[in-house]
Amino acid sequence: MYVSVKGGEQAIANAHAWLAERRRGDAEQPEITAAQIAEQLGLAVDRVMAEGACLDRDLAALALKQARGDGTEAAFLLRAYRNTLPRFGYTAPLDTGAMQVQRRVSATYKDLPGGQVLGPSFDYTHRLLDVALAGQNGEPPPAPLAEAGVEPMPRVTGMLAQEGLMARDTASDAEPPDLTREGLRFPANRALALQAMARGDEGFLLALGYSTQRGYGNSHPFVGEIRMGAVPVEFTPPELGFAIDIGDVVVTECQMVNQFAGNAETPPQFTRGYGLVPGQNERKAMAMSLVDRALRAKELGEELTAPAQDAEFVLYHCDNVESTGFVEHLKLPHYVDFQSELEKLRGIRARWAADRGETP
Amino acid sequence: MSILARASADALREHLADAPPLPAHTRLKGPDTGLVMLRGRAGGDGTPFNLMEATATRCTVSMGQAMGHATVLGRDAAQAELAAAIDAALQLPDLRAPLLAAVIEPLAAAQDAARAETARKAEATRVNFFTMVAMR
Amino acid sequence: MQPGFSDPVLDAQSAFRAVLEAMSHPGRIIPVAPAPLPPVPLSPAMGAVALALADADTPLWHDAGAEAGDWLRFHAGSPLAEAPRAMFLLATGTPPALAGLNLGTEEAPQEGATLLLAVKSLRPAGVLRLRGPGIQHETALGVEGLPEGFWAERAALRPLFPCGLDIILCCDSQIAAIPRTTEVV
Repeated sequence: MYVSVKGGEQAIANAHAWLAERRRGDAEQPEITAAQIAEQLGLAVDRVMAEGACLDRDLAALALKQARGDGTEAAFLLRAYRNTLPRFGYTAPLDTGAMQVQRRVSATYKDLPGGQVLGPSFDYTHRLLDVALAGQNGEPPPAPLAEAGVEPMPRVTGMLAQEGLMARDTASDAEPPDLTREGLRFPANRALALQAMARGDEGFLLALGYSTQRGYGNSHPFVGEIRMGAVPVEFTPPELGFAIDIGDVVVTECQMVNQFAGNAETPPQFTRGYGLVPGQNERKAMAMSLVDRALRAKELGEELTAPAQDAEFVLYHCDNVESTGFVEHLKLPHYVDFQSELEKLRGIRARWAADRGETP
Repeated sequence: MSILARASADALREHLADAPPLPAHTRLKGPDTGLVMLRGRAGGDGTPFNLMEATATRCTVSMGQAMGHATVLGRDAAQAELAAAIDAALQLPDLRAPLLAAVIEPLAAAQDAARAETARKAEATRVNFFTMVAMR
Repeated sequence: MQPGFSDPVLDAQSAFRAVLEAMSHPGRIIPVAPAPLPPVPLSPAMGAVALALADADTPLWHDAGAEAGDWLRFHAGSPLAEAPRAMFLLATGTPPALAGLNLGTEEAPQEGATLLLAVKSLRPAGVLRLRGPGIQHETALGVEGLPEGFWAERAALRPLFPCGLDIILCCDSQIAAIPRTTEVV
């Protein structure tokens, strides 16, 4: 229970002014622009777009600037802004097979059709701090170019499926549930879980994904494929009644291949976990695919033993805007609640003392 | 439309300068910004799911007998309105050929070149494995 | 294509305000202005309420013909649906059987449909007596142009409360609301 408390207005206004001053930092330093953030802190922007559940680089960059670099606060700002916009409709499902690939690696096949393309990745760096980057560094030399072929890049999971060794995801055109319209309801189907995880907190999913590898859940994963690049978006405006291409979005997709022991009806085969996140974010796409597979335990008739297999635990707690709201609300005035707790405790203490013949 | 959706308002204006002037248009709706819900498929090819929203801007205009529409990702109202006007003008027989030549074809060429450059950068990071075969 | 609201934001807000006013005072006749001029047989009031309330998330049913359907789809962006699935129904003739419409669920009664119903006339006096929340004692309403047995059909839904239908009667550029909480005798 909350009571309205007046009298903080001036204090709040002054706190906002101090916040603005802190946001600006030392005035001797040039002020950073949202465009600089969008260009030069692109992966932070990608994470804010994912957790803010809204793809718009410029807005996410602005949110990061306003939030002084606090990613969760920035995601909150983006969600709040998004709620002011009308929904035009739903796009056709993104065809990640039609991606203009910037990066594509597989840990299961060395020589897969289309090959391994490393792309702009940290993976092969030595993780040594580059002191030269501390100041303004000038332009880096242009990335080398090579003559590109036209070899297609089929999905690895499709290759396994052709051999009958991979459980197929049944392609249906059933209307998927929408978290933004109906909220979480259990039992949640896989479509709802994927939507919740796509906007979920990267750290939470990472920890859960890691837990499945350490024995909390029966998991033997291989990265079948990770791909990152631009995918065209197809949308049918109600005004037109036919589909048009409305631009590209960059996404990262992870197909995690897992063993499945089989059962009476199904022979032993591979199953997959799936991760799809906006922008370049392999860590989250991989974590999401591990947790997606763990959440499928029930559907596949596996024993449920670990937190990552518990849909209510995972989906209720993966949203960092919700989590932060409930955790941080504890600092709001609870004066009346606490007063009642205090009185209750004093009463109990008095009885406790009286029972022992003491005078309180 | 795929070409107009990927061209900035500045790029559209720049190329329109090389074409005969567009007739005046009337706004029927927009330009206004909202959201489209992007969808994916589980496993890339399975059941559809709602991924998350993206900002989009739409505009519908009339130009004489022609109606033009644009929905483009992002929040650029000028881009959406210009794209809708060009969409309408492309339906007018007198304007179609000059607009294709002055606007659509150069934009398409520039977009193809940008895609080709990305592909060539990616190609340069392709791994060519050398496998050591043990000789017995 | 006939235009929609001349100012999409402000006009939609005015229409929303009119609906709010009408719903808070069941049976009171409220003007909707400014209203668009939709294709016949849609009235300005029905068009205004539809554009203010319906959007891409609200499946819509109507019996007003192809031209009106195009107008609604273009300006509201609503998908068209069969009557039982619709969130908004625009009936210019005899409405579909009320019991077959979306009445919401016990868990989510707010998902019950809203029926916009064209009538020949609305007068602040007449044989209908309205009682319930938002009415101090009783409101009189005169309505012409409803099919026979309509009020009995509506009364049959009352035991299902909180599930039910909200009804907005539309005539020219006026509306009167009969929310599901209102008793009509």
